[in-house]
Amino acid sequence: MNGVHDMGGMHGMGPIHYEKNEPVFHARWESRVYALNRALAEWRKWNLDAWRHDIELLAPTDYLRMSYYEKWFAAMEKRVVKYGLVTRDELESGRPAPGSAKVNPAYTVTMAAVIGRGIPSSNDPSVAPLFQVGQAVRARNINPVGHTRLPRYARGKTGQIVRDHGVYVFPDTNAQFRGEKRQHVYSVRFAARELWGEDASPRDSVHLDMWDDYLEHAGS
Amino acid sequence: MPSDPTLRVKALESLLVEKGLVDPAALDALIDTYEHKIGPRNGARVVARAWVDPAYKMRLLADAASAIAEVGLASSAGEHMVVVENGPKVHNLVVCTLCSCYPWPVLGLPPVWYKSTAYRSRAVIDPRGVLREFGLELAEDVEVRVWDSTAELRYLVLPERPAGSEKLSETELAELVTRDAMVGVAKALAPASGGKA
Repeated sequence: MNGVHDMGGMHGMGPIHYEKNEPVFHARWESRVYALNRALAEWRKWNLDAWRHDIELLAPTDYLRMSYYEKWFAAMEKRVVKYGLVTRDELESGRPAPGSAKVNPAYTVTMAAVIGRGIPSSNDPSVAPLFQVGQAVRARNINPVGHTRLPRYARGKTGQIVRDHGVYVFPDTNAQFRGEKRQHVYSVRFAARELWGEDASPRDSVHLDMWDDYLEHAGS
Repeated sequence: MPSDPTLRVKALESLLVEKGLVDPAALDALIDTYEHKIGPRNGARVVARAWVDPAYKMRLLADAASAIAEVGLASSAGEHMVVVENGPKVHNLVVCTLCSCYPWPVLGLPPVWYKSTAYRSRAVIDPRGVLREFGLELAEDVEVRVWDSTAELRYLVLPERPAGSEKLSETELAELVTRDAMVGVAKALAPASGGKA
């Protein structure tokens, strides 16, 4: 979706505020949100792409106003109802519905000791790449209303494949639970001038990771 | 519902605990892991090893996952890592314009500035201006490569080994490697400036 989250190249966001000796969390509630998020994911009602899309679906004014963990929490409150973990009444009252069954937590102390999110291996020889390292490619000019990882600033621009990263789940379909559509992801180099015009440095570049479905041959 | 995040989060957590959907002890354990066990010290060990061992550096650049596992960090965590090397004429900078993708296993959770609208919007269109704001002025003839983390690959910058660090041990070298240097908004610390991270 062409949302405010897709902000690469936007102006007006101001200077970068740097905090020295920044703590991992700024308040206890942030750490609880972080951990709740991980624990709830273990119920596997959603996937990472759908998760990201839930945050993109926050109202643009909220997205820009809220802190990072406020966004996570706002999306979490919607998500637990949307995917049926709690009812709207339970969320509003803060109490389980009378007579509702108690389950056993999916995410355990043992799991908390293991780092990593279990993204499937990218090594899958059964999926052939559509592009080769060195080829000139153009990012397709697509404007899907759903989730996509193809930023606006790269659409229609021409670059070069510099590395084949292997095979990954395709976010655009996976976010909508319409299949993993596994395909190759490449590192694509775009010259800064191709993206931003003549004022950009002639030496600089931006590399984006792009799925087969985001690319077309650029000819020569 | 209350508007104070502390109260709202507490309310949701107790509801989820009452329903058996989450175990508060598992939440405590995960928070402890990210507050005390995972952080930039992990990445710094990888960088210091690459500085002292050229063969290790080659493996790190070719297959970051296995090389990161070699220094005792979880292999599954490094599965989709890419390490990009700085040099006298190349400077790498990592961003996620679409959300907040960051190499958690080697750097921990990202700082607020990395997730900010200012950094996300500007890093791709004005990397030199962003670096200047961090106090790093690059010469015109240095090539800036920005890595926008749009997929499940996670990027770690291998900074240049600072001058005057020839006699330092691997452990001492790791003290010069900051989080900021591994994101690409700074260079590694000079030995004289001490080992503050």
